[in-house]
Amino acid sequence: MKDFLWLIPTLPFLGACILIISGNANLPRRAVSIVGCGSVGAAAILTIVIMIDFLTTGQIPEYTVIVNWFSVDNLSVPIALHLDTLSLVFVFVITFVGFLIHVYSIEFMHHDESFARFFAYLNLFVSAMLMLVLADSLILMYLGWEGVGLCSYLLIGFWYEEEKNGYAARKAFIITRIGDTALAVGLFMLFAELGTLRIQDILTLAPQQWATGSTTPVTICLLLLGGAVGKSAQFPLQTWLPDAMAGPSPVSALIHAATMVTAGVYLIARMNGLYVLAPQAQLWVGIVGAITLLIAGCSALTQYDLKRVLAYSTISQIGYMFLALGIGAWSSAVFHFMIHAFFKALLFLAAGAVIMALHHEHDMFKMGGLRKQMPAVFATFLIGSASLAALPLISAGFYSKDQIIWLSFASQQSNIWFFLAAVVGAFITAIYTFRMVFLTFYGEAKTSVSHMPGNLITQPLVILAVLALFAGFIELPHTFGHVTLFSDLFSTTLPPVTLRPNVESHEWIIQTSTGLLTLVGIAMAYYFYVIQPKIADDIHASTIETHRFWYAGWRFDSLYDAIIVKPILFFARVNKHDFIDKLYSALVELSEMMSALFSRSQNGILRWYIMGIVAGAVIIITFTLIITP
Amino acid sequence: MNITFIIASFVAVLATIMAITRYNLIHALLYLVISFLSIAIVFFVLGAPFVAALEIIVYAGAIVVLIIFVIMMLNLKEESVEQERIWFSRKVILGPSILSIVLLGELIYILLSHETTALTTQAVDAKSVGLSLYGPYIIGVELSGLLLMSGVVGAYHLGRQKKKVQHRFLENQTT
Amino acid sequence: MNAAIADQALMLAGILFVLGLISVLIRRNIIFMLISVEIMLNAAGLAFIAAGARWGQPDGQVMFVFILTMAAAEVSVGLALILQIYHQLKTLDSDAADKMHG
Repeated sequence: MKDFLWLIPTLPFLGACILIISGNANLPRRAVSIVGCGSVGAAAILTIVIMIDFLTTGQIPEYTVIVNWFSVDNLSVPIALHLDTLSLVFVFVITFVGFLIHVYSIEFMHHDESFARFFAYLNLFVSAMLMLVLADSLILMYLGWEGVGLCSYLLIGFWYEEEKNGYAARKAFIITRIGDTALAVGLFMLFAELGTLRIQDILTLAPQQWATGSTTPVTICLLLLGGAVGKSAQFPLQTWLPDAMAGPSPVSALIHAATMVTAGVYLIARMNGLYVLAPQAQLWVGIVGAITLLIAGCSALTQYDLKRVLAYSTISQIGYMFLALGIGAWSSAVFHFMIHAFFKALLFLAAGAVIMALHHEHDMFKMGGLRKQMPAVFATFLIGSASLAALPLISAGFYSKDQIIWLSFASQQSNIWFFLAAVVGAFITAIYTFRMVFLTFYGEAKTSVSHMPGNLITQPLVILAVLALFAGFIELPHTFGHVTLFSDLFSTTLPPVTLRPNVESHEWIIQTSTGLLTLVGIAMAYYFYVIQPKIADDIHASTIETHRFWYAGWRFDSLYDAIIVKPILFFARVNKHDFIDKLYSALVELSEMMSALFSRSQNGILRWYIMGIVAGAVIIITFTLIITP
Repeated sequence: MNITFIIASFVAVLATIMAITRYNLIHALLYLVISFLSIAIVFFVLGAPFVAALEIIVYAGAIVVLIIFVIMMLNLKEESVEQERIWFSRKVILGPSILSIVLLGELIYILLSHETTALTTQAVDAKSVGLSLYGPYIIGVELSGLLLMSGVVGAYHLGRQKKKVQHRFLENQTT
Repeated sequence: MNAAIADQALMLAGILFVLGLISVLIRRNIIFMLISVEIMLNAAGLAFIAAGARWGQPDGQVMFVFILTMAAAEVSVGLALILQIYHQLKTLDSDAADKMHG
């Protein structure tokens, strides 16, 4: 199967090329759909074939060179792919979930003018993300990294006629760029220190070169974390993601589930060998994750817009992944990533169906009662929400999140604050998730349903719902079946988590209590938003300030406006006429002035010239007399 | 001889001053002739009789006569004298005079600041001038000949009264 | 004859030169300017003669002959130019000939 590995990122890229070259008008929609979905679908099938091959024989195609990218002196950078179990999981999620999103988009975008453009961007997006996770060297990964950034810009601003969409796209691009800069600097440092950017070489060279905890790896890891924070919308660069909802719903699903935001998780998981050498940096990964999951959770509690709730929930869930990475629970982070991809894609696609059905109404308080009108969407949305809220035992999200919470208690590298953040986060997640469910699907209908989703929308939903329910069973906790199919995958690629001594006995207590907490959260949401909506209003009225603060995403936007954007604008205004240019324009003005002066002397009057000669003679003779007495 | 030199010098300076302050061109030229004649006397005193003769013949004779011819050709009327009077104002004289007198002061200062060595001046006759002209200065003589030649050709070319030439397209419009 | 005469002749040359210079500066009539130039040239020739007399050498006179030649050529060309200017501009005002700003 080694020979077909290169096709996986190439196929979507080819699809994008075909769609871009053929342009908007030339291809009929059916052809566009076939090219767009077919390329990703073929990549997904290839991935599954490789997976089956791997699961049956235990072999995995590790390394292929597609083409030599460039070579300078003795540095040659090939476009080479590296596949191990970590990238395999990512490739699987990207292609498979990406494919479902493509299928969904056929119907969702059916009436859009720029149908082909949309699919071209989607294909390019998937291709770039595949390049990112399959890259053998960090340079190639950076190519994918930037490609993802570009496509996110294109897709968030897809409906570019509206100014705020363009603004959101620019915001996403610029904020992730801040992180990218840190990443680039980190790559430069790595290359300067180790002389190579091949990931495998780095991972083998780094432990020989540096002692654990020395400054260089910590600096590099912090810079890489900067890049990851930007791409994954973590604190303090999280502000772009809620605005990225300006794009069409499938785009949000793609960004949040399969591509883009998980790039940061992948980067840190991929560079695990470095982070092991830099425990301080790893601690910061955990801190970033913990802060983000709480901040985003609180913001999600107060949103009105259905998609913004989901956006904040993504930030929060990726916070969980960072937390897991920070405490050394590498495989748990990847596990949560996979499950999250399933249920988040499901939630976004379902939310897209709801929004489409309700004339592009985003406000949850204007929805309601959709349970009976859209049963299929309701059922799948409910399953996704259960998974997001980690409903005990039956949802996949429970198993992945529970593992993180348990390890945040038990891991050697964790501390009590991480554990508390994880538990409180889980509780908040349960509340906001079911607040969303109850507001949207219960109560009386406030907006009439105009358009029932068709097969192309419901079938991806059903498939994702099945995955969101059952994918968790490949990894069960010790107390409950003890299945470790998933973490076994990473026995060679990711280091195992080290537990503190004598904690195993607490595992069931923690599981039970978090499970109960989740149930309490769901019950509270039910009580406040279905049984006694007045109480929710009262709470809302009494905590209006906090509410507003959280609603605005802890006012990070205003903060950045005040401390970064405003000063830059101020300086731009002050320096509108480029004061350094003043120097040169002064030179120009001086010579122009002199020129005017001397051309005035060139007046054509003969006597004036003779006068000049005489004056010159007088001056010269006087000087001569003074100099030579 | 000294007395002769001083008188001739005074006459030369006075005649020149008169020449440059006249409004009428002919008057000015007559004073100029006097100035040239007195300078010829100075030359004679300085022991250069050949050059004194040349001064009278060429300067006072040929050049001044040439200028007079041109003035006659121009056929200037009385208004030109009036015009000169208007142009010749005190304001115009002041600046150049100050500048020039500064220059003169400096020249005289330079002359006086060098001590005079007592060497007897003797007359240099036409023969020795001729010998050096056609001896070491023969190239200069040739070049002078060329200069005169070009002067003649230039004067002929410039002095010709040409018909006004118009462009052939414009010709049709005007006629 | 003594050396003092040569020095005095040089001073005379200087005075005459400056007079010619003043004249060329204050006159607007081109013919007057031409005459003034002649005065200046003559003064320069006088300086050469004085210097030649001072040293008893013929070179000063030779130089005067060259100046004379030059003055003759200059006057002929200059007068031809004056004729043309008068023909073109109907005036002898040197300031009127400033159209080229040269």
